[in-house]
Amino acid sequence: MMSVHGLRIRKCSFVILGAILMAFAGTSFYNSRHLREPVVLSPGVTQVKKLSDYFPGIKGTINDSNIYILEGTEPGGTILILGGSHPEEPASRLTTWILAENAAVEQGRLLVVPSANRSATTVTRLGGAYPPDFTIPTPWGGQKFRMGDRWSNPLDQWPDPEVYIHYPSRQELAYVDIRNLNRTWPGRANGTLTEKTCYAMTQLIQKENVDIVIDLHEAELQYPVISTIVAHQKGEDLAALVSMMISGLEGFDIGMEYSPKALHGLSHREIGDHTQAISLLLEAPEPFLDATRGRTDRALLLEGKDEFVLRAGKHGLLFEKMDEDGWPIDIRVGRHCSTIIYILELWSEENPEKAVVARKIPRYAEVKEKGVGFFLRDPTKEDPKNVYFE
Amino acid sequence: MIMTILYYILTGFIAFLIIWNLLKSKKWQEEILYIIILMPFLLRLFRLK
Repeated sequence: MMSVHGLRIRKCSFVILGAILMAFAGTSFYNSRHLREPVVLSPGVTQVKKLSDYFPGIKGTINDSNIYILEGTEPGGTILILGGSHPEEPASRLTTWILAENAAVEQGRLLVVPSANRSATTVTRLGGAYPPDFTIPTPWGGQKFRMGDRWSNPLDQWPDPEVYIHYPSRQELAYVDIRNLNRTWPGRANGTLTEKTCYAMTQLIQKENVDIVIDLHEAELQYPVISTIVAHQKGEDLAALVSMMISGLEGFDIGMEYSPKALHGLSHREIGDHTQAISLLLEAPEPFLDATRGRTDRALLLEGKDEFVLRAGKHGLLFEKMDEDGWPIDIRVGRHCSTIIYILELWSEENPEKAVVARKIPRYAEVKEKGVGFFLRDPTKEDPKNVYFE
Repeated sequence: MIMTILYYILTGFIAFLIIWNLLKSKKWQEEILYIIILMPFLLRLFRLK
């Protein structure tokens, strides 16, 4: 039988040990949530607005995201590009980084949002053993990004309901998807943080008279909607043309899917239904998301190589090819870049009065050859007033 | 917002119960178990995860 004194010493020792463990974990979570990601403005960026400029209800929240506006000297159309609807699909955010740091617009306007759901960039999958961040190598060293998750951070929106009923369709969706930015369109002014974020975006689309919304994503190889453009019926012709042109000329294949009319909350459905804009959603392959993946680490995220996903492919379980080369981040970002270029070009050809003419967006082959990091700019060498943080 | 506050109060109450059990326990295995299961509650209360 241990003495009372001995018992107290044992309990104190365990508590101290637990406190040390929690301090390590807590520091990692805190640093991950507060990591500042610099965006060096391209000379083509003429304004940086906040989402709360379109809906004050989002002001002061973590999702009051930056909107980088690139304007041409000639009037034309307006195209909005959303990255980070699902931050655990990093090609989406990295593509918007390349646009905000490099693109120049000659006609029309390009609106770029790298962190559509900023809250979701500040958390990783609970119990998923995700890395907290990843680094893209650059000629000047490297730039670190938050890993992020598919859903808003529970620290910003908690608890989840037992049943999530989508507004306004009243369709019943998975309870957790009330924190999924791509299940809460067109949003609700008095809803949850994620619903308010979509509402603010919808206001932005209407007030800025946006012609096309491009929502950038990545998908697991075991999911049939992959390497494709999902198009609202208003954008079917455009998406089909882009798909044909890219598959013929750009060195990779991309398909085209119709946005299901009965599936609610998704950007490609609700933006097209509730605003004047055409809505398109781009999917690139990301083996990191596959359920049968092996070790979930930074290498898998950036190189896209995994022996278990490869084996799944040999058993015919994948909807996209998978070989020893994997799906590196440069290829995934390059696909998004070229698809955006073709959307802009073909839209502008068909709608000259609403053209959006941009240059200095690298194509697929260029990103594949030079790497994503080549197009990221060193924030330490820039005037601080040209550096914003996500 | 009210639900969120209630959930934080609930989390705090459960954390209190775990700490109470930790103090009352005389088995070292239980003490370790209580400390491990306490962590997610404290991480949420401190708004870290």
